[in-house]
Amino acid sequence: MIKFLNVTKDYPKTGAALTDVSFHIPKGEFAFLTGHSGAGKTTALRLIYMAEPPTSGEVRVSGFTTSRIGGRDVPRLRRRLGIVFQDFQLLEDRTAEENVAFALEVTGARRSTIGPRVMRVLTQVGLAGKAHQYPRELSGGEQQRVAIARALVNDPVVLLADEPTGNLDERATRGIFQLLRDINAAGTAVLMATHDLDLVKSVPAHLVELQHGAVAYDSAEDTVEPAAP
Amino acid sequence: MRLVLRETMLAFRRAPLLSALSISTIAFSLFVFGLFGLVAVNIHAAIGTAAERVEVVAYLRRGTPIEAVTLGIADIQAFPEVESVGHISEAEALARARRELPEFQDIFEDLEVNPLPASLEVRLKPEFRNATTASTVAERLKAFHFVEDVRFGNDWVQKLDRLRTIATAAGTVIGAAFALVAIIIIGNTIRMAVLHRSREIAIMRLVGATDGFIRRPFLLEGLTKGLLGGLLALGLCYGAWSLVGIYHAAEFFTPTESALGVAAGGLLGLLRSLLSVGRHLRSV
Repeated sequence: MIKFLNVTKDYPKTGAALTDVSFHIPKGEFAFLTGHSGAGKTTALRLIYMAEPPTSGEVRVSGFTTSRIGGRDVPRLRRRLGIVFQDFQLLEDRTAEENVAFALEVTGARRSTIGPRVMRVLTQVGLAGKAHQYPRELSGGEQQRVAIARALVNDPVVLLADEPTGNLDERATRGIFQLLRDINAAGTAVLMATHDLDLVKSVPAHLVELQHGAVAYDSAEDTVEPAAP
Repeated sequence: MRLVLRETMLAFRRAPLLSALSISTIAFSLFVFGLFGLVAVNIHAAIGTAAERVEVVAYLRRGTPIEAVTLGIADIQAFPEVESVGHISEAEALARARRELPEFQDIFEDLEVNPLPASLEVRLKPEFRNATTASTVAERLKAFHFVEDVRFGNDWVQKLDRLRTIATAAGTVIGAAFALVAIIIIGNTIRMAVLHRSREIAIMRLVGATDGFIRRPFLLEGLTKGLLGGLLALGLCYGAWSLVGIYHAAEFFTPTESALGVAAGGLLGLLRSLLSVGRHLRSV
């Protein structure tokens, strides 16, 4: 469902961010994308949601291909993805409910269906009681739950999470991680970029490790030993 | 459409101070341009009034039969530059001289023979009230056999022409400079409003909003700010004009010019929004 085929991404100013990267995340899988800061995790995620094209190689995501995708197709792809960031990326002047509803409104969803769908995902992330609160009134963990609810509301085929626990304390981290596991158990693939090795080791999952922009280890291939933490 | 309206309203509600600042900045930059416009309109009107006096007078030979003059008038009336032709008989010329030159009253009293010739007063159409056309028409009038002499105040008309040329050139240059400043200020104001919401644009893109969906509320916001700024500027111009009007009668913009000014504000707001949002959309 997500396939990297010999992907290289060069930036004119900073040089190569990814070099000849290939991996495959099948449908419904829970996968980690790990590596130290600057290893290329965020670049890999940006290529998946097609914020930019690779310099060479190809990224395939749920029927869309970087080499063939047109500008008008990018929004269609993103509606099939849920994206969660370390800094939550919530609209500060909208309530939790409005932030989630916004992701449906942009797709042109019928007004009558928006309310129930928003409440369903807010309930799923455990925030039904705080639907009318603004992000500033919520804790970091709660804000991330709103972001996850927003990512889920369009029933994505895969949820991309870029260091989703990076700004959270240990307790909130465990809560968010469990939530992502639950979402995966319900059938949505999850690709979580993280450098938190404790989290990675805590569950058996597909692991792709990047080092200096190249795949250092892919548990699906299991040909190379994982790098020492 | 309802969503676009709601998002636009929300943008004004969320940042009322920024919106008010944007609108007032747009209004003041258009106001300065409008003030210049008012000065230009009034100079133009003053020149127009002076130009109304531009006419070519053909003095007729004594004894010309009135039938020949009548036919000639019809011919002259057909000149494309001519607005109207008035025939002043010898008696009318004398009566007018008596009326307009009271200081020569004694001389007129003692006259035994009317020394003043009959004449044709040829008024030109507004766009032809200049030295070149007046001179051309004068030459053509001289060709009529019953015309003895033609006068049109060559020096005076040439001075008027020069004044008109200077006013037009200065008006164009200064007007273009004011317009450019207004465009830059309005552009930057709208751009800052878009910059203020660049994060929102990025989030909209990430949740799958199409470019059109993202753009529409910004366009409506830019248009609204431009129109409101334009209306405010028009009000300020009207206030300034009324103030001047206490001391000196002056011309104001016609309804069409006023509407065009306000529409220009709206259009500038719209175009700049389109440009600024487009730039952000390409970067996410």
